[in-house]
Amino acid sequence: MLEVNNITKSYANHIALKDVSIKVPKGSVFGLLGPNGAGKTSLIRIINQITGPDQGEIFFGGEKLHPNHISEIGYLPEERGLYKKMKVGEQSLYLARLKGLSKKEAADRLKFWFDRFEINGWWDKKVEELSKGMAQKVQFITTVLHGPKFIILDEPFSGFDPINANLIRNEILRLRDEGATIMLSTHNMGSVEEICSHIALINNATKVLEGSVEDVRNRYRDDIYEISFKGDMLSFTNALWANFELLSHKQDGSLRTAQIKLLNGAIVNDLLKSLIPVVQVHAINEVIPSMNDIFIKVVQQNPDRDE
Amino acid sequence: MSKTGLIIEREYLSRIRKKSFIIMTFLGPILAAGLMSLGIYLGLSDSSAHQILVVDLTAPISEDSLANSTPLFWNKLKSAQQINFSYTPEGLTNTEFDSSQYSLMVVLRNDILTHPQAELVFRKLPSMKVRSYIEDQIENVLEDEKLKLNQIDKRTYDSIRTKVDIIQVNASDGKTSFKQEQAIVGFVFAILIYLFIFLYGVQVMRGVMEEKSSRIIEVIISSVKPFQLMMGKIIGVALVGLTQFLLWIILTAILFSVAIGFLAPELSDAGSMAEQIQMTESVAAEATSEPVNQAALTEMMELILFRINWPLMIGMFLFYFLGGYLLFASLFAAIGAAVDNETDTQQFMLPITIPLIFGFIVSEFALSNPEGASVFWFSLFPLTSPIVMMVRIAMGFDSGTVWQLFLSMGLLIAGFLGAVWLAGKVYRVGILMYGKKTTYKELWKWIRFSS
Repeated sequence: MLEVNNITKSYANHIALKDVSIKVPKGSVFGLLGPNGAGKTSLIRIINQITGPDQGEIFFGGEKLHPNHISEIGYLPEERGLYKKMKVGEQSLYLARLKGLSKKEAADRLKFWFDRFEINGWWDKKVEELSKGMAQKVQFITTVLHGPKFIILDEPFSGFDPINANLIRNEILRLRDEGATIMLSTHNMGSVEEICSHIALINNATKVLEGSVEDVRNRYRDDIYEISFKGDMLSFTNALWANFELLSHKQDGSLRTAQIKLLNGAIVNDLLKSLIPVVQVHAINEVIPSMNDIFIKVVQQNPDRDE
Repeated sequence: MSKTGLIIEREYLSRIRKKSFIIMTFLGPILAAGLMSLGIYLGLSDSSAHQILVVDLTAPISEDSLANSTPLFWNKLKSAQQINFSYTPEGLTNTEFDSSQYSLMVVLRNDILTHPQAELVFRKLPSMKVRSYIEDQIENVLEDEKLKLNQIDKRTYDSIRTKVDIIQVNASDGKTSFKQEQAIVGFVFAILIYLFIFLYGVQVMRGVMEEKSSRIIEVIISSVKPFQLMMGKIIGVALVGLTQFLLWIILTAILFSVAIGFLAPELSDAGSMAEQIQMTESVAAEATSEPVNQAALTEMMELILFRINWPLMIGMFLFYFLGGYLLFASLFAAIGAAVDNETDTQQFMLPITIPLIFGFIVSEFALSNPEGASVFWFSLFPLTSPIVMMVRIAMGFDSGTVWQLFLSMGLLIAGFLGAVWLAGKVYRVGILMYGKKTTYKELWKWIRFSS
């Protein structure tokens, strides 16, 4: 759907993006991750054609990115904002028409969305009369109203209570099911695992990681297993030999759990072989790192040198 | 509709629907008409009748007067509509005067012929008009008396008394020049342009700042180019200004004629509007007691109506009005984009307001010296020409100087294109910059960097 090729962008006194390439597959929910100031917003702005890259190209649905494409992109910026003095309905109409919808079409679609979000009563309210969460809902509607094929959401869940965050999450998934491709920039790793199919991690102006969530998590598997057992801790420890490293353990009633890292190419069978004689094994499963862990690990491996 | 068209529509509609716009639109003419009517009302009704006690302490001097054996001024001051003179040879003390029925007391001393001075004692300060009337009357009597003393015939004196009118003739065409008078008309237009640029330029700046601080800017420029947004706003606000202007003119005309009809019915009977205006002007002039007589006023009216090249004046007014507005509004837009809040605007406002105010001062100066060098140069310089050139246009151009008008127009067009270009660059970068206080150095970097 979207292909970013070797984008470089520098501002007067720092480099925002250094030779960044990403591929967003059609129909995916693509998580764009990275610490604050890594260059995510710069990349999003380039895709939105708010600013231009110094070098590199972007292809949108196979074509080189063109000003006409903006009617096919929906963008929810991190810094939300609406005209405070303008009425909700009027404002939504205006923003939709700026995206190229006719007045009538915009009105019809707005009615649909306002029904859907059950906010019909807000049409004649001014934005300044709405709460922050309410304004966010309106803003979400204006982002997707023109039926964009590609939707960019910068921190879409910030400012929502859990109920509304859930509503938005379901809308995102529904939009994906209807054929839209979604790019999501967020710090909320829980939601990344929940709804993203692909991610890219940008740190210090360069892309350090990209792939499907499953791939990435598998790539960062560390051969760590969590084993639950009943028995004596001392004999458990004694049974471990050089190829196993005990990372942590805890006791919960009579059941103990320990995390063990396999070293030197040892496999689970080896571990079980040495443990079965001494303790009663209850369960064993692999510890797959969470996106949160991966994020922290990757970012700490690539310390920020520029600032 | 094009996107710029949509932006213009929003800027326009959202502004003219504002309460402040509606209030200003109606209040402006009411204030203007109110002030004008008040002036006329005061002029007409400065009618507090004056009972003036003339304390004539003079002794009759001339032979003729001796025969009459009355003091010099006795019964010689002419009473007018609201002014009545009574005479007494003995002065009242101030306390006596205070409790008398007289409103004014003129004390004429014995030595008034050698020391032409009279004392006017008042309870309430009389108007300039009354004062100069009394002055005139006393002068007349003194003059007559002096003529008699010197045995000069009144008719001879009148034929000797001379007043010279200077008629300025332009060497190039041999026509009488009324340039200074015409310049006044131009000055009125200059004031209008000055006000318009200031009022609406600042509105553009506020609008940009509002978009920036409410953070809607990023949503909008993901749909349209920053330049389209900026131009849409500038044009939208210009239309608001023109609308307000037009409404002001219409409403003022209506209110003014209503007020005239209400306050001074005898004036509205006079017939045509032109006559009405002329009359009200003469009344207003009388009210300020300027020694303007009816003839001079008619001449003035004639001058305003016929001396000025109205098609040129109106056409150029619109040109400089829009050109100057576009130039300044885009600079104001750039300021709005460069700052985060109102207080930071001050440092950038200064270099823009200085030429505006300076242009205003130069055009004021042009009233007394319409063809001075400073007027010439600043009527060419794009930042001041919209104001200064108005005065020069009112004076008219001839074939020898008309190139200056074209040069000034060309420079203004170049000036606003340059300003729009410059503002576009600052605007594009500035609207997405938050939290950092912008300096001139920074601005320069933006202009250079984005090119």
